[in-house]
Amino acid sequence: MSRPVPGAGAASVLELCGVSKTYGQEPAAVHALAGVDLSVRAGEMVAVMGPSGSGKSTLLTIAGSLEEPTGGEVRICGTALAGMPPGRKARLRRRVIGYVFQDFNLLPGLTAAENAALPLELDGVPVPKARAAGLAALAALGVADRAGSFPDQLSGGERQRVAIARAVVGDRRLLLADEPSGALDSVNAGEVMRLLHEACQRGVAAVVVTHDAQLAAWADRIVLLRDGRMTGHTTRPAGPESLLLPGETR
Amino acid sequence: MSVPHVLLALLSEGPKYGLQLREEFESGTGEVWPLNVGQVYKTLGRLERDGLAESDDTGQEGPQKRFRITAGGREALAAWLRTPPDLTSPPRDELLMKVLVAARVPGTDAHAVIQAHRVYLLELMQQWTRLKEGEARDDLGLALVVDSELFRLDAVIRWLDAAEVRLARAAAEPPRTAPAPAAAPQLRRLGARR
Repeated sequence: MSRPVPGAGAASVLELCGVSKTYGQEPAAVHALAGVDLSVRAGEMVAVMGPSGSGKSTLLTIAGSLEEPTGGEVRICGTALAGMPPGRKARLRRRVIGYVFQDFNLLPGLTAAENAALPLELDGVPVPKARAAGLAALAALGVADRAGSFPDQLSGGERQRVAIARAVVGDRRLLLADEPSGALDSVNAGEVMRLLHEACQRGVAAVVVTHDAQLAAWADRIVLLRDGRMTGHTTRPAGPESLLLPGETR
Repeated sequence: MSVPHVLLALLSEGPKYGLQLREEFESGTGEVWPLNVGQVYKTLGRLERDGLAESDDTGQEGPQKRFRITAGGREALAAWLRTPPDLTSPPRDELLMKVLVAARVPGTDAHAVIQAHRVYLLELMQQWTRLKEGEARDDLGLALVVDSELFRLDAVIRWLDAAEVRLARAAAEPPRTAPAPAAAPQLRRLGARR
């Protein structure tokens, strides 16, 4: 498969080329994804929107190399995942990809700092170095003063900041988020998206799956998915100043 | 939107000049609603006529005049704040008309029509969100205005989603030849009202 993907280039952190995923056998097969092309550059946040069952979560698990596509190709930082030995794939997952989950998934027995440093420690980084990187990630998200607190001592917003710190700790290049604002109210949910967008502005590429248009609107590009197919996308919007031009609707 | 009442609200903080009122009006509403100075003086004239505001008796007209709120003005402001705006009848919505028409005109792909509007609305939401990300961070008035616009656009997108489901369901179901007995009186009544 050598089909060119729109927007793909040297700086593409994630490239999906004609990616399909089918569960089961015909005639009862379920086509979760059908020929999806998507390229996400370093520093770019892409939101994937669609109704439930549209294939959003499948797209995310395939992008995160947690599942194999049945067709097409996935490249992360220019390297194709197909045929990669499992050990190398696992290492790529630990070092390059960060995940943010809907319900935060922090380990209750670890402090905020230990949670944030965990991916590095699991990857064999010496503990002091991992802890320092964890603290730096917490500081970047404004929760350094909560480093010694356990998850149940943190507010919902603080927990999600720690979860984002854990996702970007070290030198992660690709952030994958599935409904990252969980059950937070709309103001705090917006705050989570602001933090993810700021991480992108520091050079990370992100794919955020959501059904919520207000959260998707934080992204640089919104991709619409339906029945496993991309049905549309936004183009890079004009700056906000165009909303306030005289002679506009308001 | 009620310009007179917003001016009364600004005057309730203390006496002010016309130009000052215009500036404070615009900055307080995130500079999303421009207001020309003529409109300000015209409105102040009406407030004065109705006894809701009064001006310094300098004998001068124009920008030298300072205005203050009266007791009647404070009562009118308090009453306005508690009076719900009239939302009883739906507005004549152009997008609603387009979708209704798309569903009827033969050969029109209503889903493509809906999708085009959905993408446009999302792009608008992205623009408002950029405003929220930047200037509105430290401007409460603007943040409230931006939130209100985002919720409104979000509601329109959700309505488009629902419309799409309804259209798909209607296309999949064979047209009903006879209404279900229990629903019949209600359907007739709705039909008669149109």
